[in-house]
Amino acid sequence: MDDHALVARLRAGDEGAFVSLVRQHQPGLLRLAEAMVGSRAVAEEVVQDTWLAVCKGAAAFEGRSSLKTWIFTILVNRARSTASREHRTEPVDGDEYDGCFDSSGVWATPPIPWSEKVDDEIVARQFAKEVSKVLPSLPDAQQQVLLLRDVEGLPAAEVSTLLSISDGNQRVLLHRARCRIRQHLENSMGGEWS
Amino acid sequence: MMWWKKRRAIVCEQAVRLMAGYLDGVLPDADRARLEAHLSGCPHCSEHLAQLRIAILAAGHVQPDDLPEEAVDDLVEVFRRWQQH
Repeated sequence: MDDHALVARLRAGDEGAFVSLVRQHQPGLLRLAEAMVGSRAVAEEVVQDTWLAVCKGAAAFEGRSSLKTWIFTILVNRARSTASREHRTEPVDGDEYDGCFDSSGVWATPPIPWSEKVDDEIVARQFAKEVSKVLPSLPDAQQQVLLLRDVEGLPAAEVSTLLSISDGNQRVLLHRARCRIRQHLENSMGGEWS
Repeated sequence: MMWWKKRRAIVCEQAVRLMAGYLDGVLPDADRARLEAHLSGCPHCSEHLAQLRIAILAAGHVQPDDLPEEAVDDLVEVFRRWQQH
């Protein structure tokens, strides 16, 4: 069912439409909220408030973004105001390539070649689980961008707007997050590559 | 006299810093060409890019957490209360 049909049913008070949206988005919303507020219990409240706001605001949905982006925008705004009340601060971030290159800009230690040994099944089964494990250890801002871009699959421009950050800043955060995940995947395989 | 100046080749450190924009498809043509030229001769940077692509693919396969039925029921309750409001 397309976004407009779903919203029309929601406006008409259709419980089935609501449940279908909940089933589709609740896990992703909860995961992002937790990354933003740092507590599962607070995240659950934020998500519940988000659903109420979705119901109340369904009449105002204009379809300028996808319904999914619209719902995630409501969540981010609510999680932001909750997080700022709790004064969460972002840890200072190092450069993901510190020490990787010699003074001439060439790899000091070349990457261990393993990409060709990975097949689709390893990625889907094993690596996806490793991503879930490492996500909570990423700095909050990196986690948020990675969840929205690579896990939820929202477009870059919508994510920048949704998080109120510049495209450049979003790209830096995303790249750092991907580099950490890449490193974790490599570590998780131990010496299996050599 | 040549009216254009050949752009210098980039080193690995510059190459990896262009990869984020490259993966998003937003690099200016000149940068994209320089990165691709570097990649064609550097197995290490090509490997790094391939590994980043695997990281992206893996994130796309993250399964949603199980959604307990009670959680759905609780939210349906919220929905019903809102409707009666």
